[in-house]
Amino acid sequence: MSDEGQIMLRETFTVAGGDFSHAGRVSTTIKSMLKQIGFPSAVIRRTAIATYEAEMNVVVYADRADVTFEVTPKTIRVTLADQGQGIADLELAMQEGFSTATDEIREMGFGAGMGLPNIKRNADELEINSEVGVGTTVKITINAGE
Amino acid sequence: MTLNEVIHILDGELLCCDEKMSMEITDVCASDLMSDVLAFGTAGSLLITGLTNAQSVNTADVADIVAIAYVRGKRPADDVVRLAKERGLPVLVCALSLYEACGKMYEHGLAAGSEIREPQ
Ligand SMILES: Nc1ncnc2c1ncn2[C@@H]1O[C@H](COP(=O)(O)OP(=O)(O)OP(=O)(O)O)[C@@H](O)[C@H]1O
Ligand SMILES: [Mg+2]
Repeated sequence: MSDEGQIMLRETFTVAGGDFSHAGRVSTTIKSMLKQIGFPSAVIRRTAIATYEAEMNVVVYADRADVTFEVTPKTIRVTLADQGQGIADLELAMQEGFSTATDEIREMGFGAGMGLPNIKRNADELEINSEVGVGTTVKITINAGE
Repeated sequence: MTLNEVIHILDGELLCCDEKMSMEITDVCASDLMSDVLAFGTAGSLLITGLTNAQSVNTADVADIVAIAYVRGKRPADDVVRLAKERGLPVLVCALSLYEACGKMYEHGLAAGSEIREPQ
């Protein structure tokens, strides 16, 4: 994966924790940018779903995040670096059904503990680094060729 | 069947994107849990849900859901309808329960727009 030199597109965004009225803006923007480039719809869908799950996690659990979106001919990469509480037990958080969501979040249709496993399912590569009290970085890589 | 027929069968009211009336609908995914729609919903489906917030529209958008039917007579707020319109996503409201709306769609031969999973 050393096509780093040929970046076709690079954009940065920010996500504000707790800002439910704008939640999803980054993922849907990324989705329309990928559509304009003309990637296969399955690739776009996987990227959009993985990014949206990660974006929602920032809105629900973190204070803020910087999002970097990079497209090379072979890969789509979305990195969400947040400042926030971090994840104490990543292995546990990755399990389907594990959630610390409040009832308020559940009433909004989230908090089933499906997000991180769903990111893993949709991404070709997933790297998560987290430090309690500092923040979490989620790096999603999708192979662009289907 | 077309979106127009869906509206007729559910006795619903379309809130935006009238130009998509003749769009073909073949699959349905139903849930109030967006987490599940994101994990199991299939592209091209109609989403039937009782959740009327902006995240229902965002979820539909990222998951390639082509239309939303809101049940139990719940009406999305104006800004949610505006968001759906912006995204070219037709949304409709109907008075039926989630169960009844699904039953009617099933009765008319629409398929399950979600992945099958064995109980664990
Ligand atoms: N960016 C983050 N910062 C802090 N904690 C996080 C972050 N992302 C996930 N978590 C923790 O990991 C848990 C599991 O996350 P996951 O996305 O799988 O499920 P969820 O967000 O609880 O529910 P769902 O994604 O189905 O709506 C969360 O409940 C939360 O405790
Ligand atoms: Mg989540």
